[in-house]
Amino acid sequence: MKRIITADVQNQSGVLNRITGMLHKRQFNIDSITVGKSERPGISKMTFVVEISDDQKLEQLTKQLNKQIDVLKVKDITDKAIVARELALIKVGGNAQQQAEIQGVINPFRASVIDVSKDSLTIQVTGKTDKIEALIALLRPYGIKELARTGMTAFLRGNQPQEVTEINSHLV
Amino acid sequence: MSVKAEQEVQQTEKKVTGADILIQALTAAGVDTVFGYPGGAVLPIYDALYRNDAPFKHVLSRHEQGSVHAAEGYARVTGKPGVVLATSGPGATNLITGITDAMMDSLPLVVFTGQVASNVIGTDAFQESDVMGITTPVTKYNYQVRDLEQLPKIVNEAFHIASTGRPGPVVVDIPKDISSSVSAQKAEVSSSNCYLPGYQPNKKPNPLQIVKLADAVSRAKKPLILAGAGVIFAEAAEELKTFAEAHKLPVVNTLLGLGGFPGTHELSLGMGGMHGNYAANTGIYDCDLLINFGARFDDRLTGNLKHFAPNAKVAHVDIDPAEIGKNVETEIPVVADAKKALAALNDTDITANDHDEWLDELRENQTAYPYWYDRSDRYISPQWLTEQVYTASDGKAIVTTDVGQHQMWAAQYYPFDQPNKWVTSGGLGTMGFGFPAAVGAQLGKPDELVVAVVGDGGFQMTAQELSVIKERQLPVKVVIVNNQSLGMVRQWQESFYEERYSESIFPENPDFVKLAECYGIRGMKAENEAEVKDVLAEAFAYDGPVVIDCHVEQKECVYPMIAPGKGLHEMIGVSR
Repeated sequence: MKRIITADVQNQSGVLNRITGMLHKRQFNIDSITVGKSERPGISKMTFVVEISDDQKLEQLTKQLNKQIDVLKVKDITDKAIVARELALIKVGGNAQQQAEIQGVINPFRASVIDVSKDSLTIQVTGKTDKIEALIALLRPYGIKELARTGMTAFLRGNQPQEVTEINSHLV
Repeated sequence: MSVKAEQEVQQTEKKVTGADILIQALTAAGVDTVFGYPGGAVLPIYDALYRNDAPFKHVLSRHEQGSVHAAEGYARVTGKPGVVLATSGPGATNLITGITDAMMDSLPLVVFTGQVASNVIGTDAFQESDVMGITTPVTKYNYQVRDLEQLPKIVNEAFHIASTGRPGPVVVDIPKDISSSVSAQKAEVSSSNCYLPGYQPNKKPNPLQIVKLADAVSRAKKPLILAGAGVIFAEAAEELKTFAEAHKLPVVNTLLGLGGFPGTHELSLGMGGMHGNYAANTGIYDCDLLINFGARFDDRLTGNLKHFAPNAKVAHVDIDPAEIGKNVETEIPVVADAKKALAALNDTDITANDHDEWLDELRENQTAYPYWYDRSDRYISPQWLTEQVYTASDGKAIVTTDVGQHQMWAAQYYPFDQPNKWVTSGGLGTMGFGFPAAVGAQLGKPDELVVAVVGDGGFQMTAQELSVIKERQLPVKVVIVNNQSLGMVRQWQESFYEERYSESIFPENPDFVKLAECYGIRGMKAENEAEVKDVLAEAFAYDGPVVIDCHVEQKECVYPMIAPGKGLHEMIGVSR
């Protein structure tokens, strides 16, 4: 299963190395990691997308992350209401006619063209991973010359839906 | 003296280098012993040691590995962090085995390494190594000092991190320009509390979990305690004894937990695990409540996890939450210091079931299947030798070992009644650990008898430290269980590789008596049982270092045993 895990970390030198080293040593499978400054000075936010086999492994992952001295808070937000975004830059080949066609393809994705040359154009798209993958699939026939993705960054939405407990749900 | 000269003197007096600040910080941290070896990048620090009248001693090893293992031995018997100082590059890399060993066995170390000057870091400078990169996976935490003013704070935090929570090694890498530069102002050195928002070890148990655990104890028909090194680190031996006695709970110790519960106590089942005894392992297999205090369910203890305590409800008390549920599914997790958890349990009203039948069953197993070995008048049996070490030292010595057969025999035949007497390399299983660890243990406990029980293989890995016990006249007794082979490797080749003894038998060994003598140390030899008794009695009575070379039977194997991949109920070699 894919899990999205965020961690607030102190921005010490070597913190990324320590965390990725731990993930590697303990054989966790990382899809992506993003790191960047947060709203608090000296504290960075990391977002991990990991492929995890079972709940026991997941518990180990969050515990091992929490154990790191520079890690302040770890959250598994996969099952919460979240906003999650990834950015991709896609350079596609094509002549003038194809370029016009591509414009039509990317429109519903609210992607934008950020660079144009005689035989290529570069598209910027942000969104959830599946949306980006759908656009990449649509653009593939035009010939993707270059592709760069940031990996997902995410946090909780302002409002979390109230948990609805169905009667007898514990029996299900 | 002219006014000008006086001013100059005052100015030089005010000049405080980074190295001076380091020494002040070590003093503030209450350090009494530093284990080290000089080199280029730590020259300013060694100069400061020379200039300052530091209130701690520096113990010069003969190899950095000797320093770090000695610091581990010191930490193990005193409970205080072992302090190590080594130079950059090869000095630092020579420490890696010991740092990893300390990480695996949760020993508090604060390791200072020199580093090339800040402006050449990253240029592959002479004796540069990426100490931060290399030590990150094998330390609890590590620092590189980038700013002199940060040094006191870093040293303070390093000691705090190393010695609190689950102890472990912390590395502080100090570039040469930092240790040699002159501080603008006198840095504030104090060992006041430091605040690390991401590091708040939880010591107090959750009362609800204690209630659950107490309830489980009162319901259990076949309860059993597994006591690990966490009991010793938490200084909880007394509380454990009270708890076990109050409810007549049998206790199994892990290898590293030996001494946390008195080995000769009627409730002690001894050591569990691969070479543990039958009663302990069947006890774990059959119990219906397993209460783990401060053990990490290491694979050498559990055997095949599929067959581990199949009928038991598992409770696990550990200060490190990441250990709970890591290997064994746990119904009652208690994140706490063992002392606090046991104190809470001792304050709880528990009416335990009458489980005399269970105790009888375990005792029957103990009587029917004790450790066993064969004796012969042709050779010294290594197990018998270990028993003699026990008798000759009245069971009160601090015993250090390497890894392998002699280690297992010491664990089996030297029951410890007190904590902090047993110094062994458990998790990493490091050859060459025992002798330097004994050096550190003796320095930490100068008035106690320290016996290094080592193999002839392991001793040759760090024998250069004989210089240290000579020059300091440390009365360490080295008992070499000499079987002219790498006994455990040989045993596995015998059992699992159809007796293909690939490179495990030494064609040549040095004359260990002469080796000791050439270091100016007394050397003794025993080749039969009578000689063993005489030599041990004489050596233990002698006030000085002795190396005792005991020639034992080579083909002896450690039994009983759980073969790799097997469960605790599948022991072999339980009896003749």
